[in-house]
Amino acid sequence: MRITTAHGAGGKATGELIGRIFAHHFDNEVLNQMEDSAVVPASGRIALTTDSFVVTPLTFPGGDIGRLCVCGTVNDLAMRGAVPQYLTCGFILEEGLDSALLETLVASMAATAREAGVTIVAGDTKVVEGQGGLYVNTAGVGFVPDGVEISASRCAPGDAVLVSGDLGDHHACILSQRMGTQNGIRSDCAPLGGMVQELLAAGIQVHTLRDVTRGGLATVLKELAEASRCSITLEEAALPVSPQVRDFCGLLGLDPLYMGNEGKLVAVLPAAQAEEALAVLRRSKYGSHAACIGVVGDEEPGLLTVKTSIGGRRALDVLQDEGLPRIC
Amino acid sequence: MAFDLEAVKTYLAAYDGPPVRIMEVCGSHTAAISKLGIPSMLSERIQLISGPGCPVCVTPTAYIDRLIDLSMTEDCAVCTFGDLLRVPGSRDREVRTLNLAKGKEDKVYMLYSPMDILPLAEQHPEWTWYFAAVGFETTTPVYALLLQALEEQGVTNVKLVTALKTMPAVIAHLCENGAKIDAFLAPGHVSVVTGARAFRPLAERYRLPFVVSGFQGGELLTAIYGAVRSVGQGRVLNLYPSVVTEQGNCEAQALVSHYFQPCTAVWRGMGEIADSGMMLRPEFSAYEGGSAGLNRDNANPACSCGAVLSGKLRPQDCPLFGKGCNPMNPQGACMVSTEGSCFQYLTNHRDR
Repeated sequence: MRITTAHGAGGKATGELIGRIFAHHFDNEVLNQMEDSAVVPASGRIALTTDSFVVTPLTFPGGDIGRLCVCGTVNDLAMRGAVPQYLTCGFILEEGLDSALLETLVASMAATAREAGVTIVAGDTKVVEGQGGLYVNTAGVGFVPDGVEISASRCAPGDAVLVSGDLGDHHACILSQRMGTQNGIRSDCAPLGGMVQELLAAGIQVHTLRDVTRGGLATVLKELAEASRCSITLEEAALPVSPQVRDFCGLLGLDPLYMGNEGKLVAVLPAAQAEEALAVLRRSKYGSHAACIGVVGDEEPGLLTVKTSIGGRRALDVLQDEGLPRIC
Repeated sequence: MAFDLEAVKTYLAAYDGPPVRIMEVCGSHTAAISKLGIPSMLSERIQLISGPGCPVCVTPTAYIDRLIDLSMTEDCAVCTFGDLLRVPGSRDREVRTLNLAKGKEDKVYMLYSPMDILPLAEQHPEWTWYFAAVGFETTTPVYALLLQALEEQGVTNVKLVTALKTMPAVIAHLCENGAKIDAFLAPGHVSVVTGARAFRPLAERYRLPFVVSGFQGGELLTAIYGAVRSVGQGRVLNLYPSVVTEQGNCEAQALVSHYFQPCTAVWRGMGEIADSGMMLRPEFSAYEGGSAGLNRDNANPACSCGAVLSGKLRPQDCPLFGKGCNPMNPQGACMVSTEGSCFQYLTNHRDR
């Protein structure tokens, strides 16, 4: 079956689509009430965030837009130390979308939500003219435990900088798909709430967390250095990059430091706890390649530098533009 | 020739002889040097200068304007490598770059290989397909292969708009026009095609060392060491012998001279230089997309691309550097390409 404008008109077809696909897979007490808004219990400090997902192709090795739209939002919640609780989703479907594909994506979303421990409590569907595409917005709510103060501005001189695994996997995967290249690179798309809670449970005094998404590690760390008014120095040799992604980047003249992930975080924490934190990350489901990659210092505020593998040093800036392939 | 890399590093850091100005002619060298942080490992007395070796950066505005006009002409489409898309021509803001023109007409295609134009031309036989053939000795053989395929397959709706450049004449131009260079790192990829011999006449005529270098950190440091140690000697030092031979790739050279002949070329900001380009031979005029006479070069008058490309001005000394000109809003081509010297100096915060 193909999605038509009737599925977005609010009538019978809309009801059937919601019942057969969305309610069927998301199935939970709050959503099943089908009220105008979800009413849920809460207390203390709440973290809120929203994100929209427009990836092409809709499915790719290692994930799909359904998994991505849950991970993106729960990861943003987790980066403040919040325990993700609820999600809402707004779908914009283009006419011609195959309903079987839609169902696959919704099922993937439901499975990822279960894995991340969040409940999808509200949603909306619209249909627009187009060529069978799909866009999703998700918004999330999480609860921030007492005593947890994680913020981009809390990096402090003497802190260690850790990353939870290989850089650039998602970006390289999507680029490969769009170029029709077969290279076995899989997206790292994953929910990171569990990893964050494991760090906190181990008593690690986490100062700052960020998921490494668009713009890549360099962009993220440059922003952290500026927000915290301190300097950050990386060791190039310590940066984890898989051999496939390294080769792929080499071929296209791309730099893994500027390639996005969807299942990696950077953690900034006291150097004295770096070894312990690294062990926690490496034991975690999505952190087996975690590495300690640098230190926070008190040189020029906002300065991000990398010590290169041959012993040189260069400064890094935020991503300047979309990475274009080189021509010679 | 074997070098102890640690000894090389120590020598380069501690060097206190006469100041040495070394030009790396190749954009990929500039990018690798920046990325590896090599300037931070050199004595203040060793200065690296980025030369005119990024093919996009040396393309005059008339060429960009011509491609934009073609992309907006009925039944015509333009194919290009990615770097060229954002290079400003001289037109109104709305159609200043191919990227902006693409937004208007959507007949600009970014390709990864010139060969990718073949299926497009087959899909739309009613259109004439133009490839923006930009590049140095490294890339020209690929266009020759495309021409071969066009001939073999009898394709008549693909043409080249050429802005092909060659290295030796521009290097001679630099030597004779006050760039004050003491040694050159010869372009590695170009040398694969031309062979190390291409630089021998220059080395001898100007009594300058030309060091053929690879792109890895150790290779570059060793090449810089070789250059410093050879100052004052007219010699070619091939430190990239694993891929660069004395003769070069003769097959590629033959293929190129079958389809192309040397010509005078216009270099952005530097003007006309005799014998510094390649154009289609007259017998292949069926594939000519109107490349002749694209000499006008109306860049922003404050833009110092020419002085930067010829080693007379450091990128950071251009009045527009990082002010009116940055990678998001480039005024000159050197700020567009990831191999452009201004882009590299700005994004890596290079001050030397």
